[in-house]
Amino acid sequence: MDISPDFAAQIDEVISHYPVSKRSATLPLLHLFQEKTGFIGADTIRWIAAKLDLEPINVLELVTFYPMFRQTPVGKFHIRVCRTLSCAMAGAPELLEQFKLAAGIVPAPQTSHGHGPGIEKSPDGRFSIEYVECLASCGTSPVCMVNDDFYEGVRPGSASEILAKYR
Amino acid sequence: MAASKTPHPREKRMIFKNIDRPDWTTEIECYLADGGYAELRKALGMKPADVTAEVKSSGLRGRGGAGFACGMKWGFIRPDEKRPVYLICNADESEPGTFKDRYIIHQDPHQILEGMIIACYAVNARLAYIYIRGEFPEGARILETALAGARSKGFLGKNILGSGFDLEIFVHRGAGAYICGEETGLIESLEGKRAYPRIKPPYFPAAIGLYQCPTIVNNVETLCNVKHIVRMGGAEFAKIGRPNNTGTRILCVSGDVQRPGYFELEVGSITMGELIHDLCGGLKPGRTLKAVIPGGSSAKVLRAGETYKIKSKDAGGNPVEKSLKLEDIPMDFDTLAAAGSMAGSGGVIVMDDSRDMVWTLNNINSFYAHESCGQCTPCREGSLWMKKITDRMLDGGGTVADPGTLLNVADNIAGKTICAFGEACSWPTQSFLAKFPGEFEAKSGKQVGAAEAVRHRC
Ligand SMILES: Cc1cc2nc3c(=O)[nH]c(=O)nc-3n(C[C@H](O)[C@H](O)[C@H](O)COP(=O)(O)O)c2cc1C
Ligand code: SF4
Ligand code: FES
Repeated sequence: MDISPDFAAQIDEVISHYPVSKRSATLPLLHLFQEKTGFIGADTIRWIAAKLDLEPINVLELVTFYPMFRQTPVGKFHIRVCRTLSCAMAGAPELLEQFKLAAGIVPAPQTSHGHGPGIEKSPDGRFSIEYVECLASCGTSPVCMVNDDFYEGVRPGSASEILAKYR
Repeated sequence: MAASKTPHPREKRMIFKNIDRPDWTTEIECYLADGGYAELRKALGMKPADVTAEVKSSGLRGRGGAGFACGMKWGFIRPDEKRPVYLICNADESEPGTFKDRYIIHQDPHQILEGMIIACYAVNARLAYIYIRGEFPEGARILETALAGARSKGFLGKNILGSGFDLEIFVHRGAGAYICGEETGLIESLEGKRAYPRIKPPYFPAAIGLYQCPTIVNNVETLCNVKHIVRMGGAEFAKIGRPNNTGTRILCVSGDVQRPGYFELEVGSITMGELIHDLCGGLKPGRTLKAVIPGGSSAKVLRAGETYKIKSKDAGGNPVEKSLKLEDIPMDFDTLAAAGSMAGSGGVIVMDDSRDMVWTLNNINSFYAHESCGQCTPCREGSLWMKKITDRMLDGGGTVADPGTLLNVADNIAGKTICAFGEACSWPTQSFLAKFPGEFEAKSGKQVGAAEAVRHRC
C-alpha cells in the first residue's frame, strides 16, 4: 500500500491518542482509510493489522460488525436516510423513494427477510443510498445525510433539489 | 444546525443556556467571555473528594437512560486507588427519539469539556475519552477544535492551571452501532473490539472498565450538570426539581405534534399534557392523542384515555395512591416509572389517532433487530423474529396465533440476556400488545392486498 508521508503522520498522531493500547486505534484508522479510499479493502485490513500488531481477523471482524464500514465502494455521494420511528412518521419511506428516483437508482424488490436491501447504487456510480437508524435529530424529522452533510426537516419533494448540489 | 428557537417561558435553561443564542459560537473565546471555565478553577481549588460530595448532595441522576445517582457512581472509585482511573463521556446518543446531546455537542462543546475535566479531577482520572457516534462527523470536528482550544489555554495537559493535576482527553468516533451506547459495549468498542456488552457482574465499570481499570462512564448531559453543581453547590442544585428528581431535564419531543423540539425544564415541573399542548402547540388539526412513548423507543408505550394508578409518598413519607390521566402525569423519573414506563433518555414520541400501532411497533422492531449485537441467542434471534412477525402482519400472511407468538418471544428475551438491550427490545412489544390488543388481533390472519402491503413499511 502506498502511504504518503502526510497520511502516515496522521496515522501516527491518531495512534498516539491511545497510550495504553494501540489496538484501540483500529476504529479510528478504519475511519481514516475509508475517508480516503471510500471503502475498506483486504489490503487495508492487512496493513492496519500489521501496523497495530494484530491479526487481520481482528480488523475484519470490526469491518463486518460496524454498519458504517463497507468492503465495496459506494457512490461518490452516499445518501443516508433515517428510517427510525419519528422520521418514518414524517415520511422517510417517501423520501427514500424520491431520492432513488432523483439519483437514478432502480429500487430492489422488498422482502420480509433480513434487514432490507442494504446499500443501492446508481448505474453511473455517482450516488448510492441506504437506510440508517435514528440520527438523533428526531425533532426535525425527516432527516438524511449526503456524505458528511446533514439535512433536517427535509420537505417532501426536495430530494432532487438536494442532489442538484452534488451533480 | 436548526434555525434558532426562543426558549418557552416555562423552560429553565441551564444546560441549554447557550443553545440557540444568536451571539453564541463554539469558540473558546466566546465561552471564556461568558465566564466559562470559572467553575473549573473553583473545582481545582477544592479537594477531589469534596467535589464528589457536592455531586452526591446535588442528587444528580444520570441522563443517559438508567437514571443512576451520579455522585454514588463516582464514590465507587476509591480515593487511594492504585490503578489508573479512566473517564468516558458517552456521546453515542442513539436511543430513538433522543436528540439533546447533539445540540450540546454542536453548539456548546466547552460546557462538556469543563464538566469532564472537573469530573476527571474528582475521580483522579488522567486520561479520558469522548465516545461520539460515527454519524456526528461535524460534532467530532467541533469537539477536536474545542479540545485544542482548551489545551492552548492550559485547561488540559500537564499541571492544569498550576494545580498539579494532569489530564488528556481524546475524541473517539463510533461507526454506526447503537449498542455502543451501552457502557460496557462502549468500552469494548473503545478497546478496538466488537461492541459486545460485558457479562455482569461487575455491575459497574467503576470496578472493572476500560483496559480492566476503574472507569466512570457518564452521559453528555450528566457531565454538563457537574459544572453547574460546582457553581451553585450541591444543596442549592438539589432545590431545583423534586426530591430524588433534582435539576433540569431536557425533553426531546418528536412525532405528531405541531411544534416538535427540545425543552429544558425543571424535573417534574410540567405534565405530559402541558408538554404536548402548551409547549409543542398541541396535535395536528382534527387529531386526538393516541399514545406516547415517554423516554426513548425502549420505554413502554402509554395509552391516552387510560387512568394510571400512581403510588407515591406524601411529604410525611406516608404511601398515597393517585389516579392520573396520561395528560396529567408529571414528567419525572419516579412518576413515569410508577405509571409503568420510564423517563429513560428524555425522548418523548407522540402518536395521534392516525397511527397504526402494528406499523409503529414494526418500525421499532426493525430497529432492534438491526441493532442487536448478536451475542445472546434470545436477543439476536428474538428481535428478528418479532420484526418478521410484525412484517407479515402488515403484509398479510400472518396467522391468528401471531399476537400470542409475539408476546411469547418478547417474554423469553427480557431478563435472559447479557445487557439491558434485551429489555429494551421486548418492552415495546409487550407494552404495545398490552395497550392495543385489538389492533393486533384485527391484523392477525388478515389477508392484505399486495398494493397495500409492504409499501408503507420501512
Ligand atoms: C442498549 C443501551 C443503549 C444505551 N445507549 C446510550 C446512549 O446512546 N447514550 C447514553 O448516554 N447512554 C446510553 N445507555 C446507558 C449507558 O449504558 C450508561 O448507563 C450511561 O451512559 C451512564 O451515564 P449516566 O449515568 O450519566 O446516565 C444505553 C444503555 C443501553 C442498555
Ligand atoms: S442483550 Fe442483545 S445487545 Fe445485549 S449483549 Fe445480548 S445480544 Fe447483545
Ligand atoms: S428517528 Fe430519524 S433522527 Fe431520530
